[in-house]
Amino acid sequence: MPLHIRIYTKFVFLLLLAALVLGLLSSWAYLYPELFNKHLPFYQLRPMHTSAALFFIISAASLCIIIFHKITLGRDATNSIYEKTFIIGWIATILVIFTYYGFKQFGGREYWEFPAWLAMPLLFSWASLMIGYYKGWLKCTDKKPLYIWMWSTGILFFFITFIEQNLWQISWFRQSFLRELTVQWKANGSMVGAWNQMIYGSSLFLMVMISGDKTIALNKKAFFFYFLGLTNLMFNWGHHIYNLPAHGAIRHISYIISMTEWLIFISIIQGFKSKLAEARKLRHLVPYKFLVASEFWVFANLTLALFMSIPAVNRYTHGTHITVAHAMGTTIGINTMILLGILGYALDIDSKIQAGKRLFTRAYLLVQTSLLVFWLSLIGAGILKGYRSVSLGMTEFQIMMEPVNNVLKLFAIGGIGIAIGMSIIVVQYWQAMAKSKGIVKDTQ
Amino acid sequence: MYIFTTTLVSTGMLRLVWGILFVSFCLYTGWVYLYCDEKKDVAQNDPAVTEGWHLWQQKNCQSCHQLYGLGGYMGPDLTNISRDSSKGEQYMYTFIKYGSGRMPAFQMNDDEVYKIISFLQWVDKSGKSQVPEEAVHWTGTYFIDK
Repeated sequence: MPLHIRIYTKFVFLLLLAALVLGLLSSWAYLYPELFNKHLPFYQLRPMHTSAALFFIISAASLCIIIFHKITLGRDATNSIYEKTFIIGWIATILVIFTYYGFKQFGGREYWEFPAWLAMPLLFSWASLMIGYYKGWLKCTDKKPLYIWMWSTGILFFFITFIEQNLWQISWFRQSFLRELTVQWKANGSMVGAWNQMIYGSSLFLMVMISGDKTIALNKKAFFFYFLGLTNLMFNWGHHIYNLPAHGAIRHISYIISMTEWLIFISIIQGFKSKLAEARKLRHLVPYKFLVASEFWVFANLTLALFMSIPAVNRYTHGTHITVAHAMGTTIGINTMILLGILGYALDIDSKIQAGKRLFTRAYLLVQTSLLVFWLSLIGAGILKGYRSVSLGMTEFQIMMEPVNNVLKLFAIGGIGIAIGMSIIVVQYWQAMAKSKGIVKDTQ
Repeated sequence: MYIFTTTLVSTGMLRLVWGILFVSFCLYTGWVYLYCDEKKDVAQNDPAVTEGWHLWQQKNCQSCHQLYGLGGYMGPDLTNISRDSSKGEQYMYTFIKYGSGRMPAFQMNDDEVYKIISFLQWVDKSGKSQVPEEAVHWTGTYFIDK
């Protein structure tokens, strides 16, 4: 196993740990800013937390694609100069970004708050990954399973949306506030779809590996849902800006496209029965446990998203903690669960944590329970804020937020459970990696 | 999980559908860039607004405040703070300059504070953050007056 892949894997786990610790601190800084304002204010902690979480998701997704490149496309990406350049450039830039954050130096926009010039090395690093990936893709003449399509789509659209996210640096985009905000959230919305393509692709790949049934990734219905997801990636970002007085067509198109997600919703319910049988069969597998958890969170967050996509409902939920519940529910409940599942598979985690399996199960249950408390309290806080601001028309912010902040104490307690449980799991993964001297299973 | 049918799909068909979607995406993107803002009258070239906008980013105001409900939830939405008759410019100046119990002071000079105020005054002209009840259509969508 090449050294740079081992370092990148460790870096990915460190990003997850950083996201957990910084998220925990952020939640308490939000509730008690007087205690944090002097040395570690919320406006510094929040971008550190969100960047660590986003970089964890994107880095882990790219790591999965790199390590499984050989068995999917027949090219050893772990020893390629392109992937090596990506890893070095990517890690170095992220470290510089956190150094800037440490000195309270910002300059970007939400989720990408670092000074604008740092977008360039990130973009070049990603371009290097793209070149390497598509070289393998072009050489492979076999019929490509769906997960290859999903990875290819995710890599390409991350590149496109990352550029779009930085168009604000061209002055024409800044001449209109509505245009700037529309383009910013168009890019952000589609970018989430891009990394979801990479992660869901990995999830599908994992299912094929666990079940040994290749037709799962080749049948018509699976491709139908892929194209549905792609359509949503391209056109369903408008719910972020429903309340913007931009052209009405953006709102209407997004609303119509978002309603196609009901098909995914129905499909999930239909699939529950067969999944139950599979779950019994494979309940001993750690990666499978994470996939089952992600299925539950897909269901919960899709339900929330479907309601938030209706503008009349969005009028109450927009600008409230319901949006945060959706963001946290998807990044922790779906993305992180799938990524831990696939990384667990790559590390052959089942055979490595025999002695600590009971501890793992407890940590896993602690994460799921805490996340549920965390998620529900955010929804509760959001409903309260929406009711007080929209229905009651309260304008005095501190008065309006008083009961909301009380509900958020529960959210902060839930955060402690997530941080403890997830940290135990990460430590077990780290130990598993040390035992095997790197990522081994099916990647050689 | 994804076991539905075993009918396989032809690569040519997949490429065609993908191509159609991608072209539609490109066209839609171009249209959004050009026509999303119908309010041409509030286009700006004022350096104070632009610098105020940069300061907004450099001080990371979006971590705690929202514009059109987008941003952090620690502090209030500031989209229409300028038109709030109970607050006004002096109120904004005092908060930005000295902070409050929850908001830290950012050690900005007067020039910087007024640039941020200029930016917020310009943002206010772009529209209202909250959608009025009468804008909601029976289909569930909105029709916002420009």
